[in-house]
Amino acid sequence: MKNPSVDTHLLPADSGTIGTEPLLAVDNLHVEFSTRQGVARAVNGVSYALNAGETLAVLGESGSGKSVTAQAIMGILDMPPARIPKGEIRFRGTDLLQLSEAQRSQIRGQQIAMIFQDALSALNPVFTVGWQIAEMFRVHKGMSKKAAYAKAVELMDRVRIPAAKQRVNDYPHQFSGGMRQRIMIAMSIALDPEVLIADEPTTALDVTVQAQIMELLAELQRESNMGLILITHDLGVVADVADKIAVMYGGRIVENAPVHDIYSNAAHPYTKGLLESIPRVDMKGQELYAIKGLPPNLLDMPTGCAFHPRCPFRQDNCVTDVPALHEISGTRSSACHYWREVLDGTAG
Amino acid sequence: MAPQGDPILEVRDLVKHFPLTQGIVMKRQIGAIKAVDGVSFDLRRGETLGVVGESGCGKSTLAKLLMALEKPTSGSVKVNGELVDVHRGSNLKRFRRNIQMVMQDPYTSLNPRMTVGDIIGEPYEIHTEVAPKGDRRKKVQDLLEVVGLNPDHINRYPHQFSGGQRQRIGIARGLALQPEIIICDEPVSALDVSIQAQVINLLERLQSEFGLAYIFIAHDLSVVRHISDRVAVMYLGKIVEIGKDTEIYDKPSHPYTQALLSAVPVPNPEGRETRERIILQGDPPSPANPPSGCRFRTRCWKAQEICAVEEPLLQIRPGTDHESACHFAEVHDVVHAS
Repeated sequence: MKNPSVDTHLLPADSGTIGTEPLLAVDNLHVEFSTRQGVARAVNGVSYALNAGETLAVLGESGSGKSVTAQAIMGILDMPPARIPKGEIRFRGTDLLQLSEAQRSQIRGQQIAMIFQDALSALNPVFTVGWQIAEMFRVHKGMSKKAAYAKAVELMDRVRIPAAKQRVNDYPHQFSGGMRQRIMIAMSIALDPEVLIADEPTTALDVTVQAQIMELLAELQRESNMGLILITHDLGVVADVADKIAVMYGGRIVENAPVHDIYSNAAHPYTKGLLESIPRVDMKGQELYAIKGLPPNLLDMPTGCAFHPRCPFRQDNCVTDVPALHEISGTRSSACHYWREVLDGTAG
Repeated sequence: MAPQGDPILEVRDLVKHFPLTQGIVMKRQIGAIKAVDGVSFDLRRGETLGVVGESGCGKSTLAKLLMALEKPTSGSVKVNGELVDVHRGSNLKRFRRNIQMVMQDPYTSLNPRMTVGDIIGEPYEIHTEVAPKGDRRKKVQDLLEVVGLNPDHINRYPHQFSGGQRQRIGIARGLALQPEIIICDEPVSALDVSIQAQVINLLERLQSEFGLAYIFIAHDLSVVRHISDRVAVMYLGKIVEIGKDTEIYDKPSHPYTQALLSAVPVPNPEGRETRERIILQGDPPSPANPPSGCRFRTRCWKAQEICAVEEPLLQIRPGTDHESACHFAEVHDVVHAS
């Protein structure tokens, strides 16, 4: 039973796309934080799109704005200090930023859900996991306590927690890291969301457990045709699961491309540098390629291209002109003045 | 520098059990966490031994034992042929000068109230023979230069540096006493991807410059492969497989090593649909109550009755040329690295 005061009909729920409109589109989004030292521009004009059943990987280092963008989509930024001066986040064609808080909280969890990196701090330590999963059904669907609990057990089964019936009354600390992440996933898929945002879902986990979790996510996605936004800094995970990639640097998208294109031939010096700095078998004993310098300070962004102080191909206009996101083909774009040269390997 | 000569570090049957107790007044021991349970290996001058394994496998306890920060339950550690006696202060002090550590988290392992000069120079307060008082400032500035920091920043505080720079400070502190062995416990995992390569290059340069031997503990298998001469794979307090980097990565013979290698995402999307993946079920068992026989048998697809009864020894198995602790060791290249 949905809250009748909310206009859910303003969100057409039938088709995956409306005309050419993708399921979720972030358009020229800006987010800034007022801090004591000044205004930190965390996101400076990010655009990306996600279709149903698709996996978009957002790749970037800490401070690149990848998580802030996700939090803006979810509507869980603390405002203030955060502010969204510009931009649109369209879900099925409706700009979420124009909705009231009540309308957004209907979408949050039901249509767009999120998994966080650290499951231990994202779960409430004083409630049982069953209670926390069941809460989704009680709050959003108005189910009775008993029915909601039954649903919780069902979900724990679905994310393959062994002996779900016995464990439904356990507390988060009684589970291992991998199992806690499964519980987070159970909560996020409880209401069959159409978009799932996974913010570094396996960074805190061991590789063998990471493989289990990524497999589970892929399977759930196949079953329900969700759109998945995977936020990560791990080039290996991205190569394994993504359909397309958005690389972020200094609060902007620097490269957008289908996964195979980026790994075979990057069109932005930053992406190129990241890929070259991965240790490779044939490079044993040699010095690794390292991107020089440090990521930019959000309070004091470099002029022109944010990457220019670290870029091996820098030219004079990189210092003065902010490069636009140049379209390379229908599915690829790069925010580099010299993307042609970077692609051909003739840059610098 | 290629590894050479006699072992600089000999570890034999090292065991560390942490007691589990019950009761407050009448404390009784009801069991033990078997964090490290019989680990042996050698390390030669200029060599890098990579140690990989999942959390809880005992890698960090091993590091603490080697640093003599924990007293081993049994077993021995020899440095340059001399037994380390954790009960004798003078012996311990000499030993500790020779073996230093670089920590994982450069944000918490540096005292925020000390200047960089004080942090790097603090070892000289204890080991006064290394640098006479008047000499110290100069020595610290030299160290800053060696690790690629500006020597003029000697009076700055840790918060004025970025993560990668802080890790360099931690490395400079480790170098201060001119040790022969440095234990790196996840030295790059807290750093941004674009910074990791810088720190790895620095560690490699320092190794060839000073002939250091490294114990390199990490969970990033591609980094370990890049830097290590030999690799030890740990599972629940034991080494399950040890050998040259090429042997471990190209010819793994223990099922756990194979599963671990196949679980690592390869940063190349080509052929991802057909890549072999061994997905282990469940989590590692508790080190307080490890399975009988082979500790990996509860998650192993090859397990037979003998695995529950007889513990497989770490030895060279038929068909392989490096040591593996599996009754059914069999070379299987899971990664097919190009």
